Amino acid sequence: MKLGYYPGCSLRGTAREFDESLLAIAPGIGLELEEIPDWNCCGASAAHNLNRELSLALPARVLALAEKAGMEEVLVPCSMCFNRLAVTRHELLEDEELRKRVSDIIKMDYQGTARALNILETLGKLFDEGIEDKFVKPFDHEVACYYGCLIVRPPKIVQFDRYEDPQSMDELMKKIGAHPIDWAFKVECCGAGLSISRTDLVAKLSGKIIEDAVHRGAEAIIVACPMCHANLDMRQEKVEKLKGKKYSIPVLYLTQAIGLALGLEKKKLSLHRHMVPVVFPPREKPAIESKSKTKTGKVAGQVEE
Amino acid sequence: MSRIGVFICHCGENIAATVDPVKVAETMSRVPGVVHAVDYKYMCSDPGQNLIIEAIKEKGLTGVVVAACSPRMHEPTFRKVCAESGLNPFLCEMANIREHCSWVHEKSDITTDKAIDLVRVIVEKVKRNAPLYDIKVPVTKTALVIGGGIAGIQASLDIANAGHKVILVERDPSIGGHMIQLSETFPTLDCSQCIMTPRMVEVAQHPNITLYTYSEVEELDGFIGNFKVKIRKKARSVDENLCTGCGVCMQKCPRKKIPSEYEAGMGMRTAIYIPFAQAVPNKPVIDKDNCLYYLKGKCKICEKNCPAEAIRFDQEDEIIEADVGAIVCATGFDVLGTDSFPEYGYGKYKDVITGLQFERLASASGPTLGEIRRPSDGKEPETIVFIACAGSRDPAKGIEYCSKICCMYTAKHAMLYKHKIHHGKAYVCYMDIRAGGKMYEEFVRRAIEEDGVNYIRGRVSRVYEQDGKLIVKGVDTLLGSQPVEIEADMVVLATAAVANTGAEDLAKKLRVSYDAYNFLAEAHPKLRPVETNTAGIFLAGACQAPKDIPEAVAQASGAASKVSALFSGDELSREPVIAVVNRCPPPVFSTCEGCFICEQACPYQAIEREEIKTRDGKLIKVVAKVNEGICQGCGTCVAVCRAKAIDLQGFSNEQVYAEVMAL
Amino acid sequence: MSSEAAPSGSEQSLAVRLYDATSESVAKCYQCGKCSAGCPLASEMDFPPSQIIRMLQLGFPSLEEQCVSSLSIWYCLTCETCMARCPKEVDLPKIMEFLREESMRRKKTHPKAKEIIAFHKAFLDSVQAAGRAYEIGMIADYKARSFHLFQDMFVAIKLFLHGKLKLFPHLIKERANISRIFSQTIGEKE
Repeated sequence: MKLGYYPGCSLRGTAREFDESLLAIAPGIGLELEEIPDWNCCGASAAHNLNRELSLALPARVLALAEKAGMEEVLVPCSMCFNRLAVTRHELLEDEELRKRVSDIIKMDYQGTARALNILETLGKLFDEGIEDKFVKPFDHEVACYYGCLIVRPPKIVQFDRYEDPQSMDELMKKIGAHPIDWAFKVECCGAGLSISRTDLVAKLSGKIIEDAVHRGAEAIIVACPMCHANLDMRQEKVEKLKGKKYSIPVLYLTQAIGLALGLEKKKLSLHRHMVPVVFPPREKPAIESKSKTKTGKVAGQVEE
Repeated sequence: MSRIGVFICHCGENIAATVDPVKVAETMSRVPGVVHAVDYKYMCSDPGQNLIIEAIKEKGLTGVVVAACSPRMHEPTFRKVCAESGLNPFLCEMANIREHCSWVHEKSDITTDKAIDLVRVIVEKVKRNAPLYDIKVPVTKTALVIGGGIAGIQASLDIANAGHKVILVERDPSIGGHMIQLSETFPTLDCSQCIMTPRMVEVAQHPNITLYTYSEVEELDGFIGNFKVKIRKKARSVDENLCTGCGVCMQKCPRKKIPSEYEAGMGMRTAIYIPFAQAVPNKPVIDKDNCLYYLKGKCKICEKNCPAEAIRFDQEDEIIEADVGAIVCATGFDVLGTDSFPEYGYGKYKDVITGLQFERLASASGPTLGEIRRPSDGKEPETIVFIACAGSRDPAKGIEYCSKICCMYTAKHAMLYKHKIHHGKAYVCYMDIRAGGKMYEEFVRRAIEEDGVNYIRGRVSRVYEQDGKLIVKGVDTLLGSQPVEIEADMVVLATAAVANTGAEDLAKKLRVSYDAYNFLAEAHPKLRPVETNTAGIFLAGACQAPKDIPEAVAQASGAASKVSALFSGDELSREPVIAVVNRCPPPVFSTCEGCFICEQACPYQAIEREEIKTRDGKLIKVVAKVNEGICQGCGTCVAVCRAKAIDLQGFSNEQVYAEVMAL
Repeated sequence: MSSEAAPSGSEQSLAVRLYDATSESVAKCYQCGKCSAGCPLASEMDFPPSQIIRMLQLGFPSLEEQCVSSLSIWYCLTCETCMARCPKEVDLPKIMEFLREESMRRKKTHPKAKEIIAFHKAFLDSVQAAGRAYEIGMIADYKARSFHLFQDMFVAIKLFLHGKLKLFPHLIKERANISRIFSQTIGEKE
C-alpha cells in the first residue's frame, strides 16, 4: 500500500521513536510512504487556542501540499495532527465561503481531495491482508490499549471505531499475540498540550490512566499519539511523585510493539530512547482478570428488548 | 335559470377591518343570476342563519353563497341551514374571504376587489352545482383490535360490552403487553398483575370476544364499515383444544437457557413455554428457533411426556379471514436496550439494566422472586443509581421527545428499592421531574421526603466498571455544576420509550400515517386524538405516543366509543363529493376507454373494473368504476383521465372552468 | 452578588456575536450538565463548562465579563469529550475557541492562565519562524515569557541525552509563506 506521509513536528522531534519505528516496520507490513514535500506544522493545540483562522490555515496548507503532490490519502500518525487535518477538511468542505477565504490566506486552492488517515485504520487495513505469520516473536504481554481522546472524536466527523470503547487497537494487538485488557480509560484525556505549562494537571489526569491500567494487570501501555506518550512516559516520574508509588510501566507506541513482534531489534525501534525503561519483569498473576470483549461486547443473559 | 343568494359576512372585525362588505354585497347584487345580496355582522349566528332561511323561502333561491371564513369552519353549519329550509345542502358553497383575503392583506380598495372576485368565482360555480345526496354504505358490526396490552384489552371489553363482536389479535403467545411485566404501578403502588389479570380473564371468557394469540395481521383490504382482514395464526405446535396447561412439557424440556422475553432478559425459559404463570391463554408455544426438534430433528421429549397428547410438530400457520367494520390499533411500545448507550458501556456491564428489567427484579413473580439482586453476582446492591432521561430528550441519539413515564417510574423504582433494602442508598440523576398527573407530584415528593431517595440534578456523563463496582460520573448543576462521582452496585437506566417493532410495517398495511419515530398519527393532535386519517381505523395506547396506564385506558375507551358510534346505525353516510365515471346511452355506454390510468393513479385504490355486457352476457367493454365507499374525492383520476370520462361530483370540470373564466 | 440585565438597545450580546461568528446557538443547551460531568478538568475550573454556557445564555454584562475572564476557557483541553456526549450536539469546543479569542481581544485573560497562554504563544513563535515547531527554541521562548527559568531542567537534559531534542531547527523552504499566513490571521492581534 502506498500512502502519503505527514509525520508532523513531534515525530521529527521528541517523538522520533514513533517515526523511526513506523519506518522500520513499514517494509515488513507492505507499507510504502512518501513524505509531503516541505510540509509545515499543523498548528496543534496552540493555533486553535489562540486564533481560529490560523488553526484552519496551517492544516489546510498541509493538505493543499499533499494535493499538489498528487496524494489522495495521507497517513498521519500523530493524533493531534490527524484530528486537525480531518476537522479542517470537514469544515472547509461544509462551508464554501470559509474554504475560499482560507484558500486565499494560504494562497493555494484547496479542493478537499487529499484525506488524512490515522495510524489505526491504516494498520487495520494492512493487517487485514493475512499477515499473522510474519509475527515471529508474539508480543506475549497483557497490554492496555490507550487510544487518547483525539483519534475517535468528534465522532460525527472522524467516524472511526466505537467512540466510547474502541476496539481497533485491541484487534491489532491481538493479531501480534498480545493480550489487550478491558479497562475504563481508553479514551480519557491525558492532559494533552498542558504538558509543559501545567504539568501538575497532566500528572493528575495521566495518573488516573496509569493507575487503572496497572491495577487491571497491564504490563505495558500501548499508545498511538506522541502527546499521550510524552504525558505517560516522560511525565511518569511526576505521576509517581503525585501518587506516592512506583509504577515503572513501559509505554510503547503500537508501531514499536508491532516491530518487536516482527522480530526487529530494540534499538532499531528506538525503545532505548524512552524515559521509562522498556523491560518486562517475569509475569505474576494480574491484579484483575479482565479480557477485552470484542464483537458486540454483549454478555450472555443481557438481552435487549 | 339561476336564483343565487349571496350573503357577505363581516365576521366582526375579522373581515370588515380590511374588506368593505357593503361594497361587495352591492357589487354582487348586479351580477346576472344573483337575486339577493346582503351583508351581515355574523352569518354563523342564529339571526345570520335566519337571513338565509328567509331568503330561500321568500326568493325561491336555487343556490346559496356565503362569503365568510374557511369552509373548514362553517360549511356544515350553512349546509344544514339550507337542508332544513328544503334546499339541497350541496347547492350551498362558501367563498373564503377571510383566510384567503382579509387576514392576509392590508385594508385597501384592491383587497375589496379581490374579495369581490372570490365571491364572483364561487357564484359562477354554484350556478352549475347539481343536487347531491349522501351515499349509504353498510356496516359490519364487528371490530378488530390489534394488540392485547392494557389498551387493546380495555377497548375490546368496552366494545364487547356495548353488544358488538370483537376480534382481538395479539402477536405474543399471551395477552398482557408490558403492563403484565410490571411489579407495582404508580401512583398507588397497586400490584400490576393483580389489577390486570381479572381483565385478561374477562377477555378470554367474554362471549363477544374472539381471541387470537400468537397471531398477526397479514393483510387488510376494504374501507370503513367494510374491511376484509386476513389474520395469520402462527403455529404453536400445540393443539389448544387438547392442551390442559399442566406444564409438564416445560418441566421436561432440555433447552432451559433461553433468555425469556417476558423477563426482559433477566431470566430464562425453555424452548416450549408458557410465557408466565397467569398467561391468557394458558397454552404453551414451541419456539422454533430454539427447539431441538426443529433445529436438528431430535428430542421430542415434550411429545413423549404430554398426558393430553397435545403436541403437534407438523402444525402449520393458519390464515383466518374476517369481515370487520372498524379497527382499533393498540400495538403499544418498546424500550431501548442498554446497548444503545456507548457512554454507559454499550450493554456489556451486567449490572447496568433498563427500567423494564428492574421491574422484573422487583416483581414477586420475577427471576429473583422480588428481591433486588445484582445480575452479575446475585448480591444485594447497597448503592443504586437511577439515570433518568436515558435516550429521551436526546437529539444526538435521534430521540427528541420526552418519554413521559420515566420520571414517575424512576421514583417508583427508587421507592421499591428503599422499601426492600432499607439501609441502601438510592440516587436519581435527573434533568427535570415531570409529574403532572393526578397524585403524581405527591408520589415523587414521597420518594424524596419519606423514603430518603437522593435526587441529583444533572445528567450522567459516563458509567464504567472498576473492581466490581460501577463508577457513575455525574454532576450537580444545582451546586454550581460540580462533578459528582458515585460508586454504585447497580445502575438502572430509564431508557426511552420507542414505537414497537413492526409498527412501520403494520402502519403501511393499514394505510395509516405515522411519524418519523414510527408512532401512529392521530387525525388532530388536540381534538381528534383517537382517530386516524384513515376512516374507520382508531388508535389507543402507546402506539400513538408514550403514555401511562390511565391515559392508555382512557384513550382505549374513547376509541371504543367511536367504534360504538360507528356501529350505532345499520348504514353509514358518506359525503357524495366523489368521482364518477360517466355513462351514456348505447352504443357508447361510456366515454371511458378502459385504459385504467385512473386505477394506477388513485392513492386510495378506489377504482374498480366494471364489465358492460349485452343482455346475453356478451362482453362489450370493460370500464372503470369508482367505489363509492372508498373514494375520497381527491380528483387525481380526473386530472389523468385522457378521455375526460371521469368527473368529480361537486367539483366538476365544468364548475372549475367556470370559476377560472369568471376571474 | 446579583447580576443585572443590560439596558435594551445596548451593544450586541456575546451570545449573538458568537452565533454570527460560529453558527452555534447557546439557546440549544438545556443545562443538563453532562458536559461538566464528563470534563476531565471540570473540578479544577472556576466555572465548569455548563456554567459558561449558562452565563452566555443569560447575557448579563457582568456574567459575560466573568465568562471571558475565566480560567475554564484556558483549561479546556479540547479533548471533545463534552461534544461527543452532548445530547443537543452543542459544539462546546468551538464556543471555547471563540471565548478565548474574545478574552485576548478584551485583554481580560485570567492571571492563572499565564503559563498556558505563554506556552501557546511560544509554540506559535517557533512555527512562525521555522515553519515547524522547534522544541529548544520553543522552550526557551516559554521560559522567557513565564519566568519559569529552571522548570524541567533535568527532564530536558534527560531528553537531550536520549537524543529526543534536536539542537538545530529544521527551516522549511516556504518560511515566507508561513510568515505571511501568520500576519494575515493572528498578526494584528499579537
